[in-house]
Amino acid sequence: MIELQDVYKRLGTRDILRGLTVTVPKGMNFVLMGPSGTGKSVTLKHVIGIFKPDRGNVRVDGQDVPTMDQKQLMALRKRMGYLFQNGALINWLSVADNVALPLREHSQMSRTDIADRVHEVLELVGMAHAHAQFPPNISGGMKLRAGLARALVTNPEYVLYDEPNAGLDPIISQQIHELIAEVRDRLSVTGLIVTHSRACATQCGDRIGILESGRLAIEGSVDEIVHSDHPLARAFMGIGSD
Amino acid sequence: MNPFAATTGFLHDRVDGAGYVVNLLLRTLLVLPRIHRRLRFLLDNAFNAGVRALPVTMVVAAFAGAILAMQTGIELRRFGDTAVLGTITALSMCREMGPFITGVILAATVGSAIAAELGTMKVSDEIDALEVMSIDPTDYLVLPRVLALAVMCPLLTVLSDLIGIYGGSVIAEQNLGVSSDLYWISAIEALTSSGTVLPKEVYVGLLKSFVFGVAIATVSCAAGLRAGGGALGVGLAVQTAVRNSVILIIVLGFVVTWFFYFLS
Repeated sequence: MIELQDVYKRLGTRDILRGLTVTVPKGMNFVLMGPSGTGKSVTLKHVIGIFKPDRGNVRVDGQDVPTMDQKQLMALRKRMGYLFQNGALINWLSVADNVALPLREHSQMSRTDIADRVHEVLELVGMAHAHAQFPPNISGGMKLRAGLARALVTNPEYVLYDEPNAGLDPIISQQIHELIAEVRDRLSVTGLIVTHSRACATQCGDRIGILESGRLAIEGSVDEIVHSDHPLARAFMGIGSD
Repeated sequence: MNPFAATTGFLHDRVDGAGYVVNLLLRTLLVLPRIHRRLRFLLDNAFNAGVRALPVTMVVAAFAGAILAMQTGIELRRFGDTAVLGTITALSMCREMGPFITGVILAATVGSAIAAELGTMKVSDEIDALEVMSIDPTDYLVLPRVLALAVMCPLLTVLSDLIGIYGGSVIAEQNLGVSSDLYWISAIEALTSSGTVLPKEVYVGLLKSFVFGVAIATVSCAAGLRAGGGALGVGLAVQTAVRNSVILIIVLGFVVTWFFYFLS
């Protein structure tokens, strides 16, 4: 379970998070929505320990993330995957090498085992055919799928998705949404998804929280949020909000 | 804007930047024992640095040596002492010009490329992605680049010294009437007069270029890793890398010369 309790964070001169409290239960996809600049991506970076809160607490399975030393943080990150907006693949490595990177760096697996595991996750995200291609030569959707494969290759318990369909056309977006839902259902992975997209929230999410000014304005199941009268819920869930 | 606030802000940024570079260098030294895991990247980076800088280094060194011989030769001819032209050109190239030329060319070609590469990685979340995978960017990205330039800068300097001295010999023979034999004998005598296996003139120059290589790579990596704000930020990182590298080449060049020729 991921818990953020009363988290405050200032970056430069701006207060990004102002008392954010969120709980992500295990086995669920929790969708975090909200206007730009309200701290959605910053929230993800707190969970993975890139940012430390100025005040408040971040816990993963009861462990305090901000007080973790480098070793504990490494152990936590091995249990987590992170899908960045554009995949954030290393440009000079092939798709297969990108996916293999966390295993080569941290596991004791043999080359053959790593190759098998990489093939398995690339197969899962429908990218096995592009294993030898390099990131500059593949489309945005393929980069995201390769990024998802890299996030999944270590068998994480949690995956954090940062705008998984940003800049993608509706057809590719739909494929990514199905993939995220499949990851939850087939691999029992807990997800925290940051998105602006109604389709992504309703197709991938179990619960939705909408941020406003650095704190949660409304939270509920997908049905509750879709039918809510809250102005933010209506703005994000209304027809044409995609 | 308040001039006092502007000045303190400027100084704060400079001190902060210098602190980051020193910290990055220390962290790089700490991860040095892990270099065996980065040999492929080290070789790739060393090869790229050599390929990028070699043609420019050859051309610039040849002309620098020629200019040096020409300017010195004009004055020496007035005193009828052109016999020492080889000595002066060889010493100037090995002590100062060779390392300086190589350093500036590496800063412009390889340092700028390093800053652009890491800056682009920074603004496209690739550095964050490494951290999320518990991969230390200092170990994975900085260490191979710093070592590659630390090795390549002295190697290119040797080449630069030789080509510069050769450039001087062409001018000496063609324009100043100094025989090639005389030029080369005086050049070799100047470089071997100490009687040691590696003459001071050569090893101080090589040490200087080693220091330049480490400085250029560290400053360029730091500029890239601190980039922010999209394409504009990457452009600024490149500008910072080249500017700071050139300043450091001049300052460190002075410090090394002062240490070996005046202090010790």
